[in-house]
Amino acid sequence: MIKSSYQQPDSKGKFGRFGGKFVPETLITPLKQLEEAYLRLKNDKDFIEELESLHKEFTGRPTPLTFAERLTKHYGKAKIYLKREDLCHTGAHKINNVLGQILLAKYLGKRRIIAETGAGQHGVATATACAKFGLHCVVYMGETDIERQKPNVFRMKLMGAEVIPVKSGSRTLKDATNEAIRDWVTNVEDTHYIIGSVVGPHPYPMIVRDFQSIIGIETRQQILERENRLPDYLLACVGGGSNAIGMFFPFINDPQVTKIGIEAAGKGLDTDEHCATLTKGRDGIFQGMKTYLLQDDFGQVREVYSISAGLDYPGVGPEHSFLKDENLVEYFSINDKEAIEAVKLLSQTEGIIPALETAHAIAYLNYLLPKTSADEIVIINLSGRGDKDLNTIMEFL
Amino acid sequence: MSRIELTIQNEISNGRKVLSVFLTAGFPSVESFSDLVLNVFEAGADLIELGIPFSDPIADGPVIQHSSQRAIENGVNLEKVFLKLNEIRKNSDKPIILMGYANPILNYGLNSFLSTCNELKVDGLIIPDIPLEEFDSFFDSSVKNIDTIMLVSPTSDDNRIKMIGEKSKGFVYCVSVKGITGERNSVSEESLNYIGKVKSLLPDKSILVGFGISNPQSAKSFSSVSDGVIVGSAVIKLLSEKKYKETFELISSIKRELSL
Repeated sequence: MIKSSYQQPDSKGKFGRFGGKFVPETLITPLKQLEEAYLRLKNDKDFIEELESLHKEFTGRPTPLTFAERLTKHYGKAKIYLKREDLCHTGAHKINNVLGQILLAKYLGKRRIIAETGAGQHGVATATACAKFGLHCVVYMGETDIERQKPNVFRMKLMGAEVIPVKSGSRTLKDATNEAIRDWVTNVEDTHYIIGSVVGPHPYPMIVRDFQSIIGIETRQQILERENRLPDYLLACVGGGSNAIGMFFPFINDPQVTKIGIEAAGKGLDTDEHCATLTKGRDGIFQGMKTYLLQDDFGQVREVYSISAGLDYPGVGPEHSFLKDENLVEYFSINDKEAIEAVKLLSQTEGIIPALETAHAIAYLNYLLPKTSADEIVIINLSGRGDKDLNTIMEFL
Repeated sequence: MSRIELTIQNEISNGRKVLSVFLTAGFPSVESFSDLVLNVFEAGADLIELGIPFSDPIADGPVIQHSSQRAIENGVNLEKVFLKLNEIRKNSDKPIILMGYANPILNYGLNSFLSTCNELKVDGLIIPDIPLEEFDSFFDSSVKNIDTIMLVSPTSDDNRIKMIGEKSKGFVYCVSVKGITGERNSVSEESLNYIGKVKSLLPDKSILVGFGISNPQSAKSFSSVSDGVIVGSAVIKLLSEKKYKETFELISSIKRELSL
């Protein structure tokens, strides 16, 4: 399905000048073992069948590609389709990666699973998979995020996961990730670290991308069946960037399909309170990877902001940095207010309450649609459902 | 032979083991930091590692994380670290190593960073998030007159230990355990065996052991299989409580134990 002309990352885990393995020595050997195991298993018939069957019976795949009839009428331009990752078990695309990595952990013989989480979606997906497979689950979560995502904290605990509050730094996703890395360095023998996005040291950005690519692979097949042609535009929100890569990657060798990633502009790009890494960041080395990074004049990582906890991250997956520089994907940003409006719009036109993260991609329709024509097709990756955000949205409105 | 190598050789040939002390630059006080460094040398440190504070220190435990965060809040950045070094160099030419994560250095510009290091006679450099895999492309063969010290860990296999040993200058930093920096209660046999193995795989290199060494007893145990030890968190913990006298006493007592 994916043509062979795009070959990233290279054997050192680099996407051009981005990516790599910027980690303490203790993690190098475990990362190599993980890479070897993954490269062996990804073509293993039993592994592929087991994952496919899990997705069919447990995740609920394939997820539908829904034609958004009233939303399309609202703009009166291109046809809009929604790839319904919100209908995955646990309510977001995160489970795609988690189930793949849980199987990897099983094959590696690791009995203890750790994860970081921001909005709590990745934590919930990890807790879910651990419950299903009977593995011990520890989730690191910033104190600030614990406060604003209470229902997800409860879900994780209900499924038997241990949620450890992180009190360092900005007490959000980046600090939870630091703490998870520290745990992994210490307990590397019996522990597998399930990173939730296409970030961190090689081979994680590659592994997470591959497991999320099921989104784009299904979308491609579904749109060909429905419309007998490829879409003109793909839209997805970008925090770390896993749902976006999952949607874009299977179309990476199709230049006629314009791919657009939407970051969070928070309270505005002219303030310090945003997390539009690809728009406002510059080269940095952070959490094991070289990538665009929001940092101060002295190379300290900035404390960033978005109304959506899942986009609230100062870095971005290294492959996105590469795709931006190569002009293979375009990146824009959407502020809090626009995202909230988009939640209302989709709720009222389609009866679907999207996650605040996803709402950023939907809001971009205001900029894109006027430029389109009725014979064009736009697909939005509807990466998650909005139930978890109801408190935040109520407070904002 | 570099100043670090001369210092280590001098200690070993006089029957003593080496003590390297880690300090977070500008902690606990920016103003009196140069005096602190001089007093730590005075108390018995053979080498001092100055930590460049970073917002996201993934290899460090809570004690050093906290000191790093406090230093940043007090306005410490790489330029300030160099200003302090300049003050220190007016009164001491003992070996000083800069230890820091890659990002502040990348942000400062590697070439400017290295040339300032040379001007201020920085002796060594430890960057825990630049492993062997990233070393050549990060440094771009531009390092001169400064020892780039690399780390080995209990997860490094024999072949890797040899490759790191070949690349590491000054000494090899042997991480005592799988984990992050911070005090630990006991010294395991497994840990001592592994350090002994590193020493035998790298007969021509000096091996200093760090992570979890907090008192004269653990320093003694680890130095029995190596050329010396690195003490960080235990010192930083006392300094965070402004217990200067106890800090210098701890350093002196460890060095005394290493000199028996």
